[in-house]
Amino acid sequence: MLDTESKIVNFEYAPSIEAIDIVRIEPKNKLFIGGKFVEPTSKKYFASINPATGEPLAQIADANAKDVDLAVKAARKAYNTVWSKMSGKERGRYLFRIARMIQERARELAVLETLDNGKPIKESRDIDIPLVAAHFFYYAGWADKLEYAVPGRAIQPLGVVGQIIPWNFPLLMAAWKIAPALACGNTVVIKPAETTSLSCLLLAQILQEAGLPDGVVNVVTGAGETGAAIVSHPDINKIAFTGSTDVGRLIQKSIAHTDKRLTLELGGKSAHIVYEDAAIEQAVEGVINGIYFNQGHVCCAGSRLLLEESISDLFVGKLKSRMEKLRVGNPLDKNTDIGAINSATEFGKIKKLIDSGIEEGGEFFEPSIELPKKGFFQKPCFFNKVSSAFSLSRVEVFGPVLTISTFRTTQEAIMKANDTQYGLAAGVWSEKGSKIHKTAAALKAGVVWANTYNKFDPSSPFGGFNESGFGREGGRHGLFPYLSIK
Amino acid sequence: MTDLIKISKTIKLFIGGEFPRTESGRSLPVYVAKTKKLYAYLCKASRKDLRNSVTAAQSAQAGWAARSAYNRTQILYRMAEMAEGKREEFIETLMSTLGYTKIAANKAVNEAIDAFVYFAGFADKYQQMIGAVNPVSGPHHNFTSSEPVGVVALICNSKFNLGEVVAQISAVIASGNAVVVLMAEAGAATLAPLSEVLATSDLPKGVVNLLTGDLNELYQHLGTHMEIQSLSYQGSNKKILGELKEMAAGNMKRVIPPINDMLSLDHLVSYVEYKTVWHPIGN
Repeated sequence: MLDTESKIVNFEYAPSIEAIDIVRIEPKNKLFIGGKFVEPTSKKYFASINPATGEPLAQIADANAKDVDLAVKAARKAYNTVWSKMSGKERGRYLFRIARMIQERARELAVLETLDNGKPIKESRDIDIPLVAAHFFYYAGWADKLEYAVPGRAIQPLGVVGQIIPWNFPLLMAAWKIAPALACGNTVVIKPAETTSLSCLLLAQILQEAGLPDGVVNVVTGAGETGAAIVSHPDINKIAFTGSTDVGRLIQKSIAHTDKRLTLELGGKSAHIVYEDAAIEQAVEGVINGIYFNQGHVCCAGSRLLLEESISDLFVGKLKSRMEKLRVGNPLDKNTDIGAINSATEFGKIKKLIDSGIEEGGEFFEPSIELPKKGFFQKPCFFNKVSSAFSLSRVEVFGPVLTISTFRTTQEAIMKANDTQYGLAAGVWSEKGSKIHKTAAALKAGVVWANTYNKFDPSSPFGGFNESGFGREGGRHGLFPYLSIK
Repeated sequence: MTDLIKISKTIKLFIGGEFPRTESGRSLPVYVAKTKKLYAYLCKASRKDLRNSVTAAQSAQAGWAARSAYNRTQILYRMAEMAEGKREEFIETLMSTLGYTKIAANKAVNEAIDAFVYFAGFADKYQQMIGAVNPVSGPHHNFTSSEPVGVVALICNSKFNLGEVVAQISAVIASGNAVVVLMAEAGAATLAPLSEVLATSDLPKGVVNLLTGDLNELYQHLGTHMEIQSLSYQGSNKKILGELKEMAAGNMKRVIPPINDMLSLDHLVSYVEYKTVWHPIGN
């Protein structure tokens, strides 16, 4: 028998680097309030870096409570005088126009996203930005059809909405938040994450060019204090937050004694079940995509792999050899599978959790691939043979770290999958239809990917059970959080 | 025949399909309306009773949710039938303890029966109104369906209204949730006929649990209980609602503020979660 492994020439990928001259980054980035880019009253700026090199990209305005107040005032004025009075048809036209302009500037947005976030260009180019445009398209069409959204009920916009979004899908999260809010007739004050403000500010520029009335969308950049100023502002009618469960809890508590509406899209520790009758090669790809997509910075990452005992050795072996082929490195290289960890803070957090996992036990594996010398890069890794009590089985890592354990029966798989306070997503692999349906129905999760993973679409509702938050984004269900239903 | 002394019913709690007294041995006197004449001693439920109820609800919930929608419909309709049979007892209780006129009491019972029938009819229909097959871009079958949220704690309005209480219980259980109900002190004597309706309608034990007690003593224990997924506060005290919302953050309970339209789809949908399932289309 031929030793095929050694006969196959190891083809190295030549670097194929995306040009960055399409992007012009302002050295100093102001706030976007009332349709204009304005200096923060705080006069303060902070640096945003390129996580793949550690070098500074730009200075970003640090909005304080006064700036947030100005933004809310601009949003309220736009709501009262323009946006709530405009017909749905006209609002829809703005949103369609914005969607088109995003498509026209897609490459620029993708490169900027990769520079600021560290995610691979093939992902920002093929997934994030196309979905951003698709989201605006989808909700544009709803704007003049809202009377069909909740049959038999009168609906109204809520007013001014405060939105706080994370750094893992910066522009996509902005689109998930802004598009349905505007379609329903609300005006927006949005805060991007402090490490990834740039694409949201470029979106602001697009909104300005699209002629969106002043104040309909306001972008205030900054960190936790800016977010807190939004949450506590008395003239905001609703808070929409995507981020960690800890912060979500704080927000829920802090507005408990107000009438503010709230939707939370929080963390997860999603289970990924592979039955012995799965299409194994496809399942391996699915598991890899489930946990290592976007460096594992995904709230719905399939971070707990549950393997049927009979296939576990085979499957783990295949995972290892697949992981040896993953290309970790320069996010601008079109061949890169895993880019840079977004910030020093996250990088440190992931390292610490891996170290504590190694201390706790479980069989640790990471591939022997090489990492770039500069920037925040982390090898994808897993811990095999862990128990449910293992801290990495319970804590959200938000990085490329997988835990693996086994089960013997469908009941055991379901029980283990549901053994978490979270409930955002889950995956299941089997070629047997009835088993897929039984498992999907029993999983306590807002999204179940069967024989696939990490798929997103503007028409498909997304959101969690239990401590993964409440409210849905996407689809008709994604309108409800932005409507008052009479 | 000479008049014999009337045998009055001991009104107990309703937990896990049984009729226990409160484990605390405490009681709450209820008087004949506008008099100082004792009507009955109710149970003053304790934290332990409440926790037992949550355990009972939790064990019953999955089985109830697994029943077919058609079966839940029939059981809710059966409750209407049983309530009709207990009309006289409901009327007597409402007239004696709340001072209702016969006409008002009769109307209240009608409303309660209407509520059972309304949600009986909804249990196998709301799914089609709120579910969806989503037109995703790409070769995937993608659908959104609803599931019960799990165990619901229902804190009733202190201004008692039988029809509303029945509507609230029915809306919660129609989709397969289990419920722990903390009844208001006013009207709490209706626990007796209501629990007997529930107990004789083929409803699995533990799906509905009824408690009487001191709201101020118990609401915090409901707010902080980690095995409750949804907290429905139907009272009008803004401070309590705020506190419950704050406590709910502990395990991200869904807090349902007072419902405006009792007999509505929105009411039922307040207690469901949406699940979206993806599956590839291809070979």
